[in-house]
Amino acid sequence: MSTGYLAQQIVNGLILGSMYALVAIGFSMIYGIIRLINFAHGDVVMIGAFITLYLLQALGAPFPFVALVVLISGAIIGILIEKGAFRPMRGAPQVTGFIASLAVSIMLQNLGILFLTAQPRNFTFPDYLQSVIKTGPVSFRVVDLVIMLSALALMCGLMLLVNKTRLGMAMRATAENIDVARLMGININRTIMATFAIGSALAAIAGLMWGGKFGQIDPLLGFVPGLKSFVAAVIGGVGSIPGAILGGYVLGLSEVLFVGLLPPIYSAFRDAFVFSTLIVILLIMPNGIFGKKTEERT
Amino acid sequence: MNPNRNRLIFMTLILMGIGFVALVRSTVDEYVLSIINFVGINIVLAVSLNITNGFTGLFSLGHPGFMAIGGYVTAFLTFPVARKSMFLELPPWLANLELPFFPALLIGGVCAGLTGLLVGLPVLRLRGHYLAVATLGFLIIVQVLITNWESVTRGPLGLNGLPAFTNLWWVYPWVVLTVYVSWKLKFSSYGRSMISIREDDTAAQCLGVNLFQTRVVALVVGAFFAGVAGGLWAHLVTAITPTSFSLIMAFHIVVMVVVGGTGSITGAFIGAVIFSVLTEIFRPLEESLDAYGIGEVLMALILILILIFRPQGLFGSREPGFLSVRDRS
Repeated sequence: MSTGYLAQQIVNGLILGSMYALVAIGFSMIYGIIRLINFAHGDVVMIGAFITLYLLQALGAPFPFVALVVLISGAIIGILIEKGAFRPMRGAPQVTGFIASLAVSIMLQNLGILFLTAQPRNFTFPDYLQSVIKTGPVSFRVVDLVIMLSALALMCGLMLLVNKTRLGMAMRATAENIDVARLMGININRTIMATFAIGSALAAIAGLMWGGKFGQIDPLLGFVPGLKSFVAAVIGGVGSIPGAILGGYVLGLSEVLFVGLLPPIYSAFRDAFVFSTLIVILLIMPNGIFGKKTEERT
Repeated sequence: MNPNRNRLIFMTLILMGIGFVALVRSTVDEYVLSIINFVGINIVLAVSLNITNGFTGLFSLGHPGFMAIGGYVTAFLTFPVARKSMFLELPPWLANLELPFFPALLIGGVCAGLTGLLVGLPVLRLRGHYLAVATLGFLIIVQVLITNWESVTRGPLGLNGLPAFTNLWWVYPWVVLTVYVSWKLKFSSYGRSMISIREDDTAAQCLGVNLFQTRVVALVVGAFFAGVAGGLWAHLVTAITPTSFSLIMAFHIVVMVVVGGTGSITGAFIGAVIFSVLTEIFRPLEESLDAYGIGEVLMALILILILIFRPQGLFGSREPGFLSVRDRS
């Protein structure tokens, strides 16, 4: 095995990891603030991918504009999901919210099948994004570079937002203790809504990237990446944003290396590998890498 | 509540059941008959999941995984030897084995139960939705393994042409047995331990309930019946593929339990009936409107509305008064 091959695999892992990280951030933020594992989060990825497809191919809109629209519409979808399904049952047992998110997820998938048919669609980016860059043994497309860099930029922006702004402070306070935050005059509903909006915007943009990376999308595409991003969030410690980012890259890299370094017959077992990892992590270090120890997970 | 009345109610229900089966078999056409079979299997699934999710409060999404194990094992055992050798590479002892339906179902159920034990020992240390996610992981692992173990399971093609053993006389006795076991369990001291774990596990532990053991038993009993239901299902459809038992099925069983009221046997029973009937109403609707997916959308919507407006479901965690005066204490 050459170092070139290994380097190529690592680059592929980082690309996949960027997308997992973006989705995992939303999982982690939403869990952090209202202790909800939001299954529907993966389906926002799917919606983001389809909005991109529509804007690029039906309207022929320029790429940066598309990215902006996808971010905004992701945020709107997040707000709708929160207002429609989760706000009415806030304060109910955790498992209630979990079942509801499963229902929302299945609803979004089937609305997709209903309006878009289950047929996979081809997804093509403009030519200038598809051209291949070759540096030494490693080659990748411009779009891959765009994925990695814009993911990094979005994550930096998010960290600034969470750590330096009033909204970010409100989010951290609500995550710390929702009742005390309310007593301190924080508008809880608005803060939770903002969390959903930000998380879902990132998931939608991950959908754009997913389509660009794999070239084909269908209404069920969000499910498995959604679950895997949850695994990434667990690896990093659910509730922690840096943890989600790190977890995303760790999972992306290890999944690609699992497929790339082992004999090909094992590659079909990649999903089994990911979910076995999940169970093992939950058992041996349920708080992940950066998670707080206060939660009862075991 | 005197035991005589209980016994009387049970006997009456069983007699009514036998009468119902005999009547239905002689009057209704094939299609309706198959629906009534599915209703029965759904009842077994919902009532058994209710032992795990309802009594003990272990939110498991792994039920279809246990069904898949039960279904495949039963299918291997009942498959005619002559056809088995044609396209399966099984070890010789299994390739030359052809069992009647009942022992095959039992072995399928026991295998599912053993898997439940194997999975439960590590995973049941988790709580709440972490357990749910871990069992979902288990479900996906089972699917991946079945899909890729092609020499034995034929991978994504699945097994088809299974003998069509399942009929009302097979399904409804299992319904009765599942309900009976579940009922006896709920009103036994063991069942009370399970419920106490759901309500407050620390308090339960203080009172001497063995948390871990009780949780494992709840999962294993549920898994056993899921395995049997998987076997019944496989021999009703006469085909079985890895995708037959998916997350959407887990979701459906959860819907049945939640609609009926988590923890209530009557609730799970009626939830399963309502769910199955609704599915059959939605199916022609989807076909006539050419709107595939609308059934699931409506089902999900109903579930969300129930969770918002009546989170305890139809029956809460109780049984209706005329069936169980003892539950009122």
